[in-house]
Amino acid sequence: MTAASAASFRYRFLRRKLVERCAVAGMFLCAAVTIFFLVTILGYVLYHGAAAVNLDFLTALPLPAGETGGGIANALIGSAMVVLCAAAMAVPIGLGAAVFVNEFPSAGFGRFVRFLAEVLTGVPSIVVGLFAYALVVRPMGGFSGFSGSVAYAFIMIPIILISAHEAFRLVPDSLREASLALGIPKWRTILRVVLPVASRGLLTGVVLAVSRALGEAAPMLFTAFGNPFWNLNLGKPIATVPLLIYTYATGPYEDWHRKAWAASFILLVVVLVASVLTRAFLRGKSHG
Amino acid sequence: MQSEPQAIDRPLLRSGAGRSDAREVRAQNLGDRAFYLTARSLASCVILLALLLIADLFRGASEAMGKFGLGFIVGTTWDPVARIFGTLPTIIGTIVKAGIGLLLAVPISIGSAVFITFYVPKWVRPLISYPIELLAGIPSIVFGLWGLFVMVPVIRVVQIWLKAHFGWFFLFNGPAVYGVGVLSGSVILAIMVIPIVTAVSRDILLTVPRLQIEGMLALGATKWEAISKVALPYARVGLVGAVILGLGRAIGETMAVTMVGGNSFDLIHSLFDPVHSMASQIASEFTEATYSLYVSSLIYVGLVLFGITICVSLLAQLLIWRLSKGKVAIFE
Repeated sequence: MTAASAASFRYRFLRRKLVERCAVAGMFLCAAVTIFFLVTILGYVLYHGAAAVNLDFLTALPLPAGETGGGIANALIGSAMVVLCAAAMAVPIGLGAAVFVNEFPSAGFGRFVRFLAEVLTGVPSIVVGLFAYALVVRPMGGFSGFSGSVAYAFIMIPIILISAHEAFRLVPDSLREASLALGIPKWRTILRVVLPVASRGLLTGVVLAVSRALGEAAPMLFTAFGNPFWNLNLGKPIATVPLLIYTYATGPYEDWHRKAWAASFILLVVVLVASVLTRAFLRGKSHG
Repeated sequence: MQSEPQAIDRPLLRSGAGRSDAREVRAQNLGDRAFYLTARSLASCVILLALLLIADLFRGASEAMGKFGLGFIVGTTWDPVARIFGTLPTIIGTIVKAGIGLLLAVPISIGSAVFITFYVPKWVRPLISYPIELLAGIPSIVFGLWGLFVMVPVIRVVQIWLKAHFGWFFLFNGPAVYGVGVLSGSVILAIMVIPIVTAVSRDILLTVPRLQIEGMLALGATKWEAISKVALPYARVGLVGAVILGLGRAIGETMAVTMVGGNSFDLIHSLFDPVHSMASQIASEFTEATYSLYVSSLIYVGLVLFGITICVSLLAQLLIWRLSKGKVAIFE
């Protein structure tokens, strides 16, 4: 080997090594940027929000615009009510459809439902709001908490369906076969064998859907609409936390901005705790 | 539960029904039948809901469709006072914001995904991918709040600097002092789309057969050469799907864009111009719409938005499914 070719070989080797280093550094930077955003967003919400949260904030009603003080108790209760009502509609439909898709293999129909669910997760939340407006608000003649629930349910159903389907898929067929071989009817097999075995995955899906819905403001704009007073009636306009954040953040008052941060803080705590809990729940299972 | 002991010595097969206790078996079949029908009707509910959604949008938009027809999509005037509605500026605003957002997000997302999949030891993987999942779980309204009070002031400074130094370039020759506008909207969309694209890309990269990469390494390739020449080409279709999925999310995103996008109905000429996206236009106008044509026009905008996102998400599904054969579940 001549000196020249050895040098060029060496040069090539160094260059490849350099490219490798640069690629790793670049990719590390990408991951770091992503995590940087997470940390700054969490940090700001924590910093601004935790300072503004106090007992009054959690238990009092909002004061008239411009006055300092008061709380968002009505929105906390309102959000809980609207989302619970939505879950009451979405869980049976989502789970039932998932049972159908996984346990009753049918040519095309089941697979189509599953495919449709994936498409429906991509429907913009504002369009879901329009849908609930046309379906419920217009015929009922006014904004209502119930119409908000319908919108939330529409968002939750595909999430529950998909995660339940994944959970059912993980139940080993041998369990079903054992049960059927004992002469137990298929419907009891599903209810008493498949559902309990998949229960963790199902619960995770429901929690995921609920926490997703809790944070959605867009569909509430023209369904639940918001309400500065106490209201426990789902037939009337009702305050919800995400919409309240929007109203307060875009409003002109300093105190409102503080409250928007505080409400975001509470929303984030709920969503993150739900996420961490479901993750802890799924640990020990290979896949969720 | 009491009936279970008897159930044990009972054949389930229908062919055995005549010979064994026929009545019990019929009751059992009835239970199965009823259960099947319940599950099937609940599954049909999902289809029904989707159809209702489309029907409702068309019904709501019918008045505006009748008046403006397809000219609505290319009309550039949005004037509630004169009762003339056309939504081209917001369609352009939406696509430009989503497009720039993706341009920023895609390299970061795919870089992170490759890093997580190939470079990080298995036990460290959750330490990086879990925070990214958390980022995906943050509600859009919180992004909006953060964007409005933290990001927009920063972007405003950047914009003023860019205009002062590169103002001769048409993209930077706009109203820089607002802070809200195309650039802010794009950046917040990028931040919001990163976790989704990263998560889906990672799942897709995990489907690349390990042997192919190991074969490349055994031939003396560096790791990056193995990834860029084997793994990425193998996963290409799925990665494009992941990007398109992100595009769909970016186009439909509402609250954060409403808060930082700057809401104006004029055509954009620079990166700093405030402009509505379709979703923010509906969000901020709908409760102020005082007559039925106005409401109908906004629902028409919703219909156009729905059409675009559905096409985009169908395309994404198709690409991702083709590669993973249904192994990758797509939802946050």
